Amino acid sequence: MALDRIWVLAEALDGTVAPITLELLGKARELAGTVEVVYGGDGAHVAEAVGAHGATKVYATGDLSGSLPGVPVASAIAKQVQDGNAPDLLMVGTTYDGRDIAARLSVALDRPVLTNNTDVAVDGDDIVVTAPVFGGTKLVKSRFTVGGPYIALFRPKSFPAESTGGGAAEVASIEVPDGGHAKVVNRHVEESSGPKLDEAEVVVSGGRGMGDAEKYQVIEDLAKALKAAPGASRAIVDAGWVPYSYQVGQTGKVVKPNVYIAAGISGATQHLVGMKGSKNIIAINKDPEAPIFSVADLGIVGDVHKVLPKLLEALSSR
Amino acid sequence: MSAMNVVVCVKQIPDPAEPGKLEADNTLDRSGKLILDESDSYGVEMALQLVDKAGGGDVTLVSMAPDNEVGGLRTALAMGAAKAILVSDDALSGAGALDTAKVLAAAIKRAEPDLVLAATESSDGYTGTVPEQVAALLGLPSVTFAKEVELADGTVKVQRQTEAGYDEVESPLPALVSVTAGVVEPRYPSFKGIMAAKSKPVDQLKLADLGIDAGSVGSAGAGQEIVAVEEAPAREAGEIIEDDGEGFARIVAYLENLKVI
Repeated sequence: MALDRIWVLAEALDGTVAPITLELLGKARELAGTVEVVYGGDGAHVAEAVGAHGATKVYATGDLSGSLPGVPVASAIAKQVQDGNAPDLLMVGTTYDGRDIAARLSVALDRPVLTNNTDVAVDGDDIVVTAPVFGGTKLVKSRFTVGGPYIALFRPKSFPAESTGGGAAEVASIEVPDGGHAKVVNRHVEESSGPKLDEAEVVVSGGRGMGDAEKYQVIEDLAKALKAAPGASRAIVDAGWVPYSYQVGQTGKVVKPNVYIAAGISGATQHLVGMKGSKNIIAINKDPEAPIFSVADLGIVGDVHKVLPKLLEALSSR
Repeated sequence: MSAMNVVVCVKQIPDPAEPGKLEADNTLDRSGKLILDESDSYGVEMALQLVDKAGGGDVTLVSMAPDNEVGGLRTALAMGAAKAILVSDDALSGAGALDTAKVLAAAIKRAEPDLVLAATESSDGYTGTVPEQVAALLGLPSVTFAKEVELADGTVKVQRQTEAGYDEVESPLPALVSVTAGVVEPRYPSFKGIMAAKSKPVDQLKLADLGIDAGSVGSAGAGQEIVAVEEAPAREAGEIIEDDGEGFARIVAYLENLKVI
């Protein structure tokens, strides 16, 4: 079968459509004749951007009055499907809200969600999705065995975002049968200087091998010298050295910078999944057996406390 | 504040320090000893602290695992959980996230909790959908990605991780909350705790005990099928050198070559 119609779950932050939404639209256009989006909010906020990336219609719930989107958006999509307005495939980004919505919807429709995908293809009568496992060393391809609509979650940066130059998408209001009871009462934005972790050209990350929280400072300094974003392994985020927003990995951010520098990071599966798509990888670790060296283009077996200060000095004196 | 009964969903997984293996049917090899998923130790700790603050109530663990595995449950019981419900059934082999959620939801219902806690995702399957699916099946409100949890007057107040920072979210109880790692410092089981855990009750259930049709879950009901497992394209082997004091210069040269500096 071919896919006639794909819906992409659109997400936006402060009125700007999320990069993952535009990435998913790019792939959706490749697979289906009709690409539309569902949006938990005021459709007018996203109509232009998603239209420029090939979506012809926005099914919008309208303002969610502070509710977390999981319940209301899933109930709205389920209502459309039950009333006969259904896509063949719903593509959702692996984001905080995306996972909630896909999971809630899977229960409402009694359909599985296939998660952590980096690709999707039509193979004869099947829709086949690809998910990396074991730190991305193996790729598992799965097909849906029950009827649609199929629900699949995709990891950020799986597809390029490309504009089609299309006009604004038409906005259609959809009913929200269940408004949800979990309410956002306040939002906090953590200000950070420098480039965003998932958009930076260069990322410098530190791990447990840095020793302690204070010694992480050299990572921040190096990042500044390289106009890079500082990152971290899960181990030191869990240990409270740096905020969660620094985390690169399976949980946390997927990054694909031009250069990724991993210092004192052993390279647990959890971490490799989030950074092995980087174009160039430099690793510094005292253990020559550390798995991080298996993905490194340049590996320095040595003490981060000796290598990094010298590197910083060399960069600063340029 | 009145007594709080908290259920914590815990997963017992193959030791992540060991290389993972696949079975002939391409499902994860779960034979051998299973341990408490470290991600779940945060939920267990959080539950113990919340019950303590409430001045009463119990922490009940709910888990689904093959072969009546209790190794990981004993660890969480040793931390201080009062009891556990374990669902183990051969028909669950190959179960997907939605099936798992159906089983956990049916078991959780028995404990009549005020609050259900879970990790945001497991360390082996990491679908990250099970907690929200459990909430949906139980008809509970939910808050995922909690980095701080507080209870007050029938309400749960959560700091929820977001792309930009965090949101303060409130939900009426009962509710389900998924907690991020690092949210609390999990305690190490004491010797006394380990000894006490050996005699704590573990209610071992089959699908039939929960009224779930074996044909509707597991490989039979997953609605998905693995068609192939392929080797990912490997990265070209890089150059690995021993630092002789000049390792930094190699990095500088590498960055210069890329015109990054």
